[in-house]
Amino acid sequence: MSILVDQNTKVIVQGITGRDGSFHTEQMLGYGTRIVGGVTPGKGGQTVCGVPVFNTVAEAKKKTGADTAVIYVPAPFAKDAIFEDIQAGMSLIICITEGIPILDIVEVMRALEGRPCLPAGRPCLPAGRQTRFIGPNCPGVISPGKAKVGIMPGSIHQPGPVGVISRSGTLTYEVVYNLTRSNMGQSTCVGLGGDPITGMRFTDALEMFMRDEETQGIVMVGEIGGGDEQTAAEFIKKEGTKPVVGFIAGRTAPAGKRMGHAGAIISSGETTAEAKRQVLQEAGVTVVDFPDDIPAALKKKLR
Amino acid sequence: MAATLEEAVQIALGIGYPVVLKSQVLVGGRGKAGGIKKAEDRGSLEKAFRELKALRIKGYPVEKVLIVRAVNIQKEFYVGMTVDYVKNDVVLMASSAGGVDIEETARENPEAIKKYYLRGSHRPGGKEWHSFIQDVFPAPSYQKKAAAVFQNLINVFFAYDCSLAEINPLVVDEAGEMCAADAKINFDDNALFRHEDIRKMQDARYEDSDELKAREHGLSFVKLDGNVGCIVNGAGLAMATMDVIKLLGGRPANFLDVGGSSNPEKVLHALRIILNNKEVKVVLMNIFGGITRCDDIAKGILEAGKRMDISVPLVVRLIGTNEPQAKEILAQNKINTYSTMREAVEKAVALAKR
Repeated sequence: MSILVDQNTKVIVQGITGRDGSFHTEQMLGYGTRIVGGVTPGKGGQTVCGVPVFNTVAEAKKKTGADTAVIYVPAPFAKDAIFEDIQAGMSLIICITEGIPILDIVEVMRALEGRPCLPAGRPCLPAGRQTRFIGPNCPGVISPGKAKVGIMPGSIHQPGPVGVISRSGTLTYEVVYNLTRSNMGQSTCVGLGGDPITGMRFTDALEMFMRDEETQGIVMVGEIGGGDEQTAAEFIKKEGTKPVVGFIAGRTAPAGKRMGHAGAIISSGETTAEAKRQVLQEAGVTVVDFPDDIPAALKKKLR
Repeated sequence: MAATLEEAVQIALGIGYPVVLKSQVLVGGRGKAGGIKKAEDRGSLEKAFRELKALRIKGYPVEKVLIVRAVNIQKEFYVGMTVDYVKNDVVLMASSAGGVDIEETARENPEAIKKYYLRGSHRPGGKEWHSFIQDVFPAPSYQKKAAAVFQNLINVFFAYDCSLAEINPLVVDEAGEMCAADAKINFDDNALFRHEDIRKMQDARYEDSDELKAREHGLSFVKLDGNVGCIVNGAGLAMATMDVIKLLGGRPANFLDVGGSSNPEKVLHALRIILNNKEVKVVLMNIFGGITRCDDIAKGILEAGKRMDISVPLVVRLIGTNEPQAKEILAQNKINTYSTMREAVEKAVALAKR
């Protein structure tokens, strides 16, 4: 078991003919991911790395039976790409694209809740259907040994019992690298993304990992800005059934300055790294100082 | 808007005294800094204008002064609009306690600020909407006017991809007329690609020149007050690197994310910006190759060494995609590399203390 993606996940790549899209399609195929199609409007009929390209998501889904979409299209076109997935009824959408306007994402979130934005009048999710949306501005999701849907380097991962959830890209690689070096493999690693609004948040991923049989322990990598770590702490306190180790980046970040990620900004006392460390500790999470302390801390809790 | 005394006199003549002069600077707290003055006649206008032009507000010069009709304020409200990141929604905010202390009100008495969530609609209405308006504007004569103000605010917010739009104070004068006495708008940087007109209004003088230069080269940079310069790929890892420097007894000089691309030029620009800071005693590079290829970073370091004088020691940690090639390139040029973040940071901190 693992969460979100595995060897049976059928993936289409939106923006497959672009520089990033084609490079990562090759990488994902090399990892063993079932990439069944790609979408670039106007380029239907071509192939990229042997994968057929379609003009629309609806067509790609119909011809390939795909259930998951990964998005590499540039920010100005990302909203339309996401809406295409919602309309076609994809069950998982993973948006890698960085720099999407926040009001575009607000519109997407409304549609995912089944309430379209007006007066734009875009379609929304049909009643009774659930679509999971991960990102934007995220590295994607990998279930080691099964499937990689995103941009993370596959080689640092190893199958195993640790679930990893993070708001960051390379910091997650750092954490995973340390886990693998300590022979602690991962069930699934989920990159939530560095934007202030993301589809999946810590609590959603925690809930899935708590239910997943293969996952024995969870690592959460948070950072300054927003209140998701606090919400996660409340969830862990009430419903946590597995040990959690945490790391929060940005203890030395100055207030009021955006630290690379659109969402990483200290706007009030609750959004500092220290405040987040404290609430997580109060919820029973072991919060470490150094990323390379994570494996030992988790081992201790799993014993 | 007046840049010269002649213009100011002309504008005031057109409006009629008394007028209010407002310094145009892109920072908050202008009123408290003495940037707003009232003039009853031409004499006091000239005096006020000269005083404002000589003023520096939070370090910024006053180049233009807005001159408006003086309003006999009967009541001050606050109205604003922003994105609620927790509820994934756009929210309208209003308070009958408008004025300069709204931030304090928000902190100490948050119930005094009423909220209304748009839930996807651009035209509010219904029971909840009416109770929101009635809560803040109990006088029936204000309610219709306030609703119109909100509708205009909503239109502007969506048309220009704002992240914050607020009118504070929204005032009512003795004739019962409502008018915006001051306003502030923040725009979403990510949406500037579809608002060329807004992008053109950006004033470089209000931004740190290093941060601006960094952005031009696709880097994300924030200056800090330490002496260990850092170049890292990825925002999360860059923050974690700063934190680890501090925990191991050093002081980070900056946050710098070179981004995910493999362009060797970026390393050169990053080094230039960091070495611009004379406090920096060592530069630590922490690269976790994913999309970024380590050998491209290594080439960037060598290229930078040829094109500029790197006067401080470099401590390089490279791992991930094409790591062996990168280490070989650097070893040939007698640059030591480290495999773990902790080792590299320890080394950099020690060098900064020499």
